[in-house]
Order: sequence, then C-alpha cells, then structure tokens
Amino acid sequence: MSEEIKMKQAAHFADYEKSKLCCNPDHIKTEDFSVFYGDFEAVKKVTCGFPKGLVTAMIGPSGCGKSTLLRSINRMNDLIPRCRAKGKMVFADEDIYRQDIDVVSLRMRVGMVFQKPNVFPKSIYDNIAYGPRLQGIRKRIELDELVETSLNQAAIWDEVKDRLTSNALGMSGGQQQRLCLARALAVKPEILLMDEPTSALDPKATAKIEDLIAQLREQYTLIIVTHNMQQAARVSDLTAFMYEGTLVEFGKTKEIFTRPKKKQTEDYITGRFG
Amino acid sequence: MNLKTRKLLDRSFSGMGLVAIAVMAMALVVILAPIIGKGAGAFIFRGTIEHRKVMFNCWNRGNPDQMAEEIAQTDAARQPIYELISTFEAELKEMARTDRKPYKQPLRDLKKAVAGLLGPTPGARTPVLMRQQYGATRKDRADIKLDEILYTEEWDYSNPDAMGVLVKTPRAEQFAGTSLEPLFRTLEKNIDAMLQTHLTFYWQFLIDTSKDSHIFGGIGPEVLGTLYLTLGAMLFAIPMGVIAAIYLCEYAKEGRVISFIRTCISTLAGVPSIVFGLFGLAFFLNTIHISDSKSVLAGSLTLALLVLPTVIRSSEEAILAVPRAYKEAAMSLGAGKWHTVLTVILPAALPGILTGVVISMGRAAGETAPIIFTAAVSVGRPLLPLQTLSQPTPALPWNIYNLCTEHEAVDEIRHVQFGMVFTLIAIVLLLNTVAIIMRARISKKLRG
Repeated sequence: MSEEIKMKQAAHFADYEKSKLCCNPDHIKTEDFSVFYGDFEAVKKVTCGFPKGLVTAMIGPSGCGKSTLLRSINRMNDLIPRCRAKGKMVFADEDIYRQDIDVVSLRMRVGMVFQKPNVFPKSIYDNIAYGPRLQGIRKRIELDELVETSLNQAAIWDEVKDRLTSNALGMSGGQQQRLCLARALAVKPEILLMDEPTSALDPKATAKIEDLIAQLREQYTLIIVTHNMQQAARVSDLTAFMYEGTLVEFGKTKEIFTRPKKKQTEDYITGRFG
Repeated sequence: MNLKTRKLLDRSFSGMGLVAIAVMAMALVVILAPIIGKGAGAFIFRGTIEHRKVMFNCWNRGNPDQMAEEIAQTDAARQPIYELISTFEAELKEMARTDRKPYKQPLRDLKKAVAGLLGPTPGARTPVLMRQQYGATRKDRADIKLDEILYTEEWDYSNPDAMGVLVKTPRAEQFAGTSLEPLFRTLEKNIDAMLQTHLTFYWQFLIDTSKDSHIFGGIGPEVLGTLYLTLGAMLFAIPMGVIAAIYLCEYAKEGRVISFIRTCISTLAGVPSIVFGLFGLAFFLNTIHISDSKSVLAGSLTLALLVLPTVIRSSEEAILAVPRAYKEAAMSLGAGKWHTVLTVILPAALPGILTGVVISMGRAAGETAPIIFTAAVSVGRPLLPLQTLSQPTPALPWNIYNLCTEHEAVDEIRHVQFGMVFTLIAIVLLLNTVAIIMRARISKKLRG
C-alpha cells in the first residue's frame, strides 16, 4: 500500500467526519477493509461508515470494487471461490468477518436485492414466504400477513393479490424486481443492499423502484450501487465515489455532485472518464 | 465466401441432418416392426382346443360345460383317425412277418407325428412330460405339425458339389394300398373340426407363470423380476447419485482429488457390463455375503453401480445449470447451504436429473451381463417383495438370451421369445413415458 493511497484515505475520512452533519450514527462501518480475488485486490483498505436510516449510493466506473464492497457487507462474496477479505467490517459491535460469526443470521439482518431480478421458480406467495419460513414461521395466518405487508411495502400488492399462487416467473421484469424487494423486506432486515437494482429495467419500472427507495429510507439503512449518476443524485443522501478499489470521496450527495473536492470525482461526475 | 456458397452450405448441412434423422427413423422402423409384429403374436393368435385345455387344466380358465362340449366335438372328429390306425394295426398282426416289417418303422413315426399334432392317443398312459400331454396349441405350430404328418422330410446329398436339398415325400406313399391311406386325406380335410381354432387374446401371458419351461403359459415371473431389478437399482442409484452430484457441485472444493474422482466416474461409465457382473458376484455375493444365493438385492446393487455414473453426471450437469442467481437469492435471505440445495437447487434441477434417471432406468431394465452372475435364473416363481432380499429371479433380458440359445425346444417357443422382447421394450417405453410426463409437468411448473 503506497503512502499516497494512505494519505488519500485519511483525507477522505476527515472529509466524511466533517460532512457528518446529520446526527445518525453509523449502522455499519469498515476499517481498513480489503477484498482479494486470488491475488488481485479488488477493494483496497476502505474505511467508511454507513449511517443508519439514510440512503448511501456508491458510484464509480466498472470494476472499481463498489459491488464487491457491497456484497461483502452480507458476506455474499463467500460464494466466490478464492475470494477473501482483510480488515474489519463492524456491524452491531461485532466484526462480521470473525471466524465464529453466524453468517445465516447476519444475512437475515442485512438483506439484498440483486442486479437482475432473481425470483425463485415458485409461486409469488412462496417467494415472499421463503425467508420467513426459514426463520421458522409456519403459521398460515402469520405468513399471510407478512406476505401482504411485504408486498404492500414494495407497492406490488394490488397487482398480484389475485394471483399469489401463480408462478413468479410469469411477471414482468419490473414486477419481478419489486417482488425481490418485497422478498428481502419479508425477512425484516435492518440494512438493505441493492446492487444496481434498476440496471435491467426500463425507465418506468426504474421510477417505481426509486419511489420505493424514497419510501423505505428512515425505516432501513439503504446502500445502493449504481451506474446511473442521476439516480444516485435523485435517491441518495450520501454518495461514495470509488475508483480502482479505493474510496476516493465520501460525502453528502449534494456536495459531491455540486462541489466535489477531488479532481477524479469531478472528472467522473462531469463525464470526462468512466 | 459469397452469398450463394453460404446458402448452399447451409442447405446441404440441413439436408444432411435430415438424411441422418431419416436413416435413424428407418432403422428404428426396421427393428421395431418385426418385434411388434411377432411380439404381438404371443398375445393375439389363433389358439386351438389344446390351448384352451391347457388354460382350463392349469389355470382353471374357461367355462367347464363349454369345454366339455368342445372336447367332445373334437374327440368325435379325431375318432376316425385313431380308428384307422387301430384297424391298420389289427391288419398288421394278421400279416406275415416279412410283409409286416416295412410298415413297422413308418407306423411308429406316423403315430409320433400324430401325437405331436393332436396329443397323446386317447386311453393311452399319460406321458410324464407336460409338453407331451397336449397337442399343438397354436395354429402356426399346428400347421407345421400337420405338415410333418403329411410329408416325410429327407435331405438329399447325392450331388457332392451342391448343398443338400430337402426332399419332401408324401407319407401317404409309404402306406399306399393299405387301409391307412385315407387317413391323410381325412386329416387334411377335417383338421379344423379336430382343433377348433379360435382367435385368442391371451393377455394373461404377461402375468402367468410358465409351465414346462416356457412351452406353456406366460412370462409373469420374468416381468416381475425385471421390475424388481429396475426399481431396486433406481432405489440405490438415485439417492447415491444425486447426493454425490450435490457434493461434487456444491460442497467439494475444486482440487486434484475432486478432478481425479470425476475422472474415475467417467471411466466407470465405460467399464463393460460383464465386468460389473463379475464384480457384483465377487463383492456382494462372495465377499460380503449379502445373500446366500444369487438374489434380486445383489442384482439391484450391481445394476445400481452400473448406472451410477450416468446418474451422477446428469445430476451434476442439471445442478450446474441452475442459475447462480437462485442460489444467491436463497443465501441472501438467510438460507444455509443444505437448505438452499433442498429448497431451491434440487427443485430447479429436477427435470435434468429425471432425464438421467430415464436413461439409466432403460439401461438397468435391459442389461443382461450384470445380472447373469448376481440375480438371474432361467425358471422361477414370481417373488414376493420380501423374498427379493434373498432369492434369485428370472428376468426378461436374461431369459430372452436363455430361451433363444439354450432352450431345448428353441423353435417351439419362438412366440415366447418375441413376446419377451416386445414386453421388455414396452416396459422400458412405459417407464420412460412416465418419467417424461413427470419431467414435462415439473418443467412447466418451474417455467410458470
């Protein structure tokens, strides 16, 4: 690790501390957190915190490590062979990369929505009830209620309430993505991670998801990876700009998009590269 | 390459494909048509009164009054034949010894031939062998037997440069001028009255045991044995294969050991089936003594080993074809590994796994070599489910081979041989159809 990067990180951490005018405490934070794919360091010693109840957007060019960082928050990277993490990732006062951590209960508290809608080839009802059933909820009434609330939260209840038993793969892409959101919410997570949730959707469906994000803040801590800078500007409170594995700038969305402190950020936002 | 050449190439490729498919379809027709045609002969044929007698005596089928009436009618029709013979025998006794001699052997032959067609002479002692207690039971056999009475057959080897020629001479010539001469004309004329041939639908062929090693009766024990062996093999192969595939795909860490195991599995698929048979004998029967004699259990285990590579391979491919996204979704909702496998991966992989099961089921049903040493016997009773643990069974593939090569009356039971082939193919097709329908249903449910 070069001195330059270390300095950069110290600087942006200071920036972040300064920008922290809202009083929300960090819900999850990283300390010198790195992720390796084999020998390749995809995320380089990132130190930052995601405040509770706010929407944080992560932007950056392809391959900058933002998705990798997002996926390491609920340890989805464990599925990738030869992928390992270094440093600390603290959630609820515990380093989630400790050996004895219960990954399953971590994932129940940190939900995730993926780039492509990945509904199960099961009925809409079973899709939503999958998570709650895992937690041991078997009673029909309880499940029914959970399914309805979750679908309502994802603003899809009215569209599907008459065909809860039909296969979820029969829905449109936008509906499927909202179903995925409802499915993640049914587990009652505290943090919701979204990995480019609208990149596979048309503008109309995208708008619906963005509306949902706006509604879900306050209740959940949301972290969104997006390629779409307008989207980041629209929906997020905070924005993190990553470049080649390092966190270049992290601050309030308004400030980053109007008065970025770093040259790289400015170049990226104004479309000079990336 | 210009447009015309490309189009020509495209067309010739699709043409070649069509030709290949057509050739395959034709080969299938050429193979299946005789099997179906001749195999159906085991079930639908022109049965004589002798067939009905067997059915009545051995299985108590048929109306006793009607049987008595039919037997009386045919006996009456046959009476003149026996009368002619006894008259001639009486005449012979009166003759001088030298006159009598030339008729002695021909008469003996004639009586034997008549017994072949009509059964033993009324009033004579009942023969010990069941096959000699009845005449020809089927029209096609009766025609051959009649021919044997009417003509004597001799091979003429007088020309050393050519192959022997079959010479048929009317038997009537041997008895020219005697009181026996009219017998042949009477027989030919009244054959229908003597045998009372009806079109018979003998579906019980599928469930009847065989009498006198397949000369009478059906193939019930063989069909049952085949089903036991096939289902038994699947009972072992499916769980073992699927669990192995899950382990290889989901749990095993890629490395030298795993790739070595994969190579072993592929190699296992290429091992000749007779080797599996010998292994089954050496291991299951001689080493761990799974049963005292050959048994369905040992055969099933051997067949399971034989189809295991196919099941593992196809299950592995099916599991790998399940989109990673499903796995990620389940994991992100807090599912553990085995729970993900059970609730998401296996249901989605089921159609692919079933394809492998279909293929291996057909293979297990039709394999002969592995069961020769471990499970199959030529003749046996149908087994109860519990007896499969300790007793051998007849099974279609082995009995087809056995009846076609080692039976003492191979020619007499052609219909049984073809019936067995037909039934085996029908069983395999039936099992496959069930599996294909199941697969289609599951796929439809998955697609939504």
